[in-house]
Amino acid sequence: MAEPLLSVKDLSSGYGDFQALFGVSLELQENAILGLVGANGAGKSTLFKAILGLLPRARDMVNFRGKPIGNVKTEDLSRLGIVMVPEGRKLFRSLSVEENLQLAAEYGRKGEWTPDRVFELFPILGQRRRQAATSLSGGQQQMVAIGRALVANPDVILFDEISLGLAPIVVNDVYAAMPQINASGISAIVVEQDVDRVRKLSHSLVCLNEGRVVLSGPSQDFTKAQLTAAYFGE
Amino acid sequence: MGIAEAIVQGVLLGGLYAIFAAGLSLVFGVMRLVNIAHGDFIVLAAYIALMVVSLTGLHPFASLLIVVPLMALIGYGLQRFVLERTLGEDLLPPILVTFGCAVIIQNALSALFSTDAQRLSAGSIETDSLQVAGLSIGVLPLLTFAIAVAIIAALEFVFFRSRIGRAFRATSDDPETAQIVGVSTKHVFGLAMALSFGVMAIAAVLLAARSSFDPFSGPARLIYGFEAVIIGGLGNLWGTLAGGIVLGIAQTLGAQISPSFQILAGHLVFFVVLALKPRGLFPRMD
Amino acid sequence: MSKSALRVAIGLTVITAILAAAPWFAGRADLRLIGEIMSYMALAILWNLLAGYAGLVSVGQQAFVGLGGYCLFICVIWFDFPPLAAVPLAALVAGAAGAIFAPLLFRLEGAYFAVGTWVAAETVALIFAAIPSLGAGAGMSLPTAAVKAIASSRELREWTVYWLLLAIGMGVLGGVYLLIRSKAGLALMALRDNPTAAGSLGVDIWWTRFWTYLGVAAATGAVGSVIFLQKLRISPDAGFSLNDWTAIVIFMVVIGGIGRIEGAIVGTLIYFLLRELLVDYGTIYLIVLGLAGILVMMFSRSGLWGIVERRLGWSLLPTRRLRE
Repeated sequence: MAEPLLSVKDLSSGYGDFQALFGVSLELQENAILGLVGANGAGKSTLFKAILGLLPRARDMVNFRGKPIGNVKTEDLSRLGIVMVPEGRKLFRSLSVEENLQLAAEYGRKGEWTPDRVFELFPILGQRRRQAATSLSGGQQQMVAIGRALVANPDVILFDEISLGLAPIVVNDVYAAMPQINASGISAIVVEQDVDRVRKLSHSLVCLNEGRVVLSGPSQDFTKAQLTAAYFGE
Repeated sequence: MGIAEAIVQGVLLGGLYAIFAAGLSLVFGVMRLVNIAHGDFIVLAAYIALMVVSLTGLHPFASLLIVVPLMALIGYGLQRFVLERTLGEDLLPPILVTFGCAVIIQNALSALFSTDAQRLSAGSIETDSLQVAGLSIGVLPLLTFAIAVAIIAALEFVFFRSRIGRAFRATSDDPETAQIVGVSTKHVFGLAMALSFGVMAIAAVLLAARSSFDPFSGPARLIYGFEAVIIGGLGNLWGTLAGGIVLGIAQTLGAQISPSFQILAGHLVFFVVLALKPRGLFPRMD
Repeated sequence: MSKSALRVAIGLTVITAILAAAPWFAGRADLRLIGEIMSYMALAILWNLLAGYAGLVSVGQQAFVGLGGYCLFICVIWFDFPPLAAVPLAALVAGAAGAIFAPLLFRLEGAYFAVGTWVAAETVALIFAAIPSLGAGAGMSLPTAAVKAIASSRELREWTVYWLLLAIGMGVLGGVYLLIRSKAGLALMALRDNPTAAGSLGVDIWWTRFWTYLGVAAATGAVGSVIFLQKLRISPDAGFSLNDWTAIVIFMVVIGGIGRIEGAIVGTLIYFLLRELLVDYGTIYLIVLGLAGILVMMFSRSGLWGIVERRLGWSLLPTRRLRE
């Protein structure tokens, strides 16, 4: 197998005295989608935060294109090519839709993804570009959050629970953009509660339970039942 | 002096207060920090301008070319090396650190320069005046007011129309997400402080050309700036200018009653606004 | 009474008794110094209660010191009050002023509260400076007759003021200690540790802060009245001095350790030690204090006492309930 784009090796981390991850390893291949599943508290969001340096990690625990990046500061990762769509969207409420995208474009990498291209992908955002970002509906806000990740022209996007709190029909809209995103050469790690959806979407899967990897491999190797069992730690 | 002239003078004085306030307001807007030493740093800048003028023979206004960048550098350094360590949930440390700065600046300046009153000589502009509709209007106060309007317009532009302004607002909203997007929040905070200090330098030279100052003149400048912010309404820079004008008019009208009533009248208006309109006269709509 | 509280009570009583006997074995200068230490210890403990516990960072406590002082002078000069009887009245007036300012100042967001308290103090000072019958900016002195009314001989007068300062210092110490250990103190501790959580646990933040502010204002007024009873002279500059009554007090508490009663006491003692050492260097000691305060805030927020507590596990005035 080719050298992975992003790999996590034996990563342990947590909040203060509380350890939430115990020696987690995973590999994301170039141009691939990796599904990350697990129950609440399994450590998925913690893993994302540790990869991004919002929680403690050591230099060799995270590698990107074969280089250790565990000591790179959070704010430098977007220019390196790693961004996140955070849980709860976390749009900047003092900024308009367009400004949210502009900011991310200015502080990210230059490339084919621009705010205008995002407005093509999600036309509704173009119509509302001057509105305060937090005045939009939940689904539209999620589109802004995804757009904000895209305009940095990353190699990797970490999607954290992008369907959380959205109506099922809206979730379909949001996920409809995923193949297009992947087709433009962006790899992704997707955290999603809907195990079946993520199994169909992803190329490979990692299941976490209580801060440890309990299952990992190509997505087509697993049945829904297997995954569900691993999800619940059985 | 008639009432009309007092009001005009008050309006123009308000411009100076708005410049004191602008830097205070900017820093509070970006990082919720109140620099208790704001006025003392203005006085420090005035002493720096004094030294620059006496060393180079430059006109006080030309000295800004040196004083503004120097103050901005001091502000950036203060933020990155001192205040950065104290920002967080707890409001206490940054207040106490800037309070410590205030005491240090006051006493260090009086040890270095004595407590004698100093003044920057700006030449004939200090006393020039225009006659408009029977009123005598000083050129320097008028220029100060024009500069205040320009500074506030510039800060509004920076805050709401520029790249760094977007970073200011984003960092103020949610520092963690701002970092994920690629914004170095520590650098952004440093820049906000640098900008605030740059504005202080302008305030300092205008103040020093207008009236004498000594090492202990700082606290009053902080208080006038603060009153302008609260009277005008938080988070609204044009409101701050209006607040400064209200304060300026209150003071000049108060002085009409009795010289000892000048400052007190300003404080009383501040408390009346706080009692009747706690969000200020022109609160931000949101 | 629990065992630890009993130990504290005995300890404080013994110290008070020894200090009360000081006039018989200490010199005049020593008495003055101990008296001054007592007044500063009281101010430090009170400011610590305000900022360290209730989260109200005031830089305007000089308002209440000056108000207390002026109240005493007015009572004595205008209304022929016996000076000692004017002390409780000074507390009342200062408390009333606190009750007027609190609702206004509490409207200020976060750190702006601090500047607001400063404006309040400046306002009070300007009002007193504008009253000609109080000597305006020049201030006034206690008339000889009133001074004689404290006690007949100079020696006895100095002793009386000393005992008064001792009573007020130890009284504030004991009172605040009891307060922190009481049910209201529990609310204050919760407020100190986590204001948001305290609110959701049913602590009424606004009223807790209001009563703390008011109580501290009153006690500060009482301290102020005795300070100026000793000085026999008051002026707006002296009475409402930011440096003397707030800045120095803040640095004492910060250096000693904010949020702990011991911190305020230790800080007071360190300040007087520093002042005696640097007495020849003019304003340098203020610069040193400022620097020390900044360093503490940057590197060890719980101050010197916090370090002692962590390293040695000491606690002179235990306020924790868990281990009892």
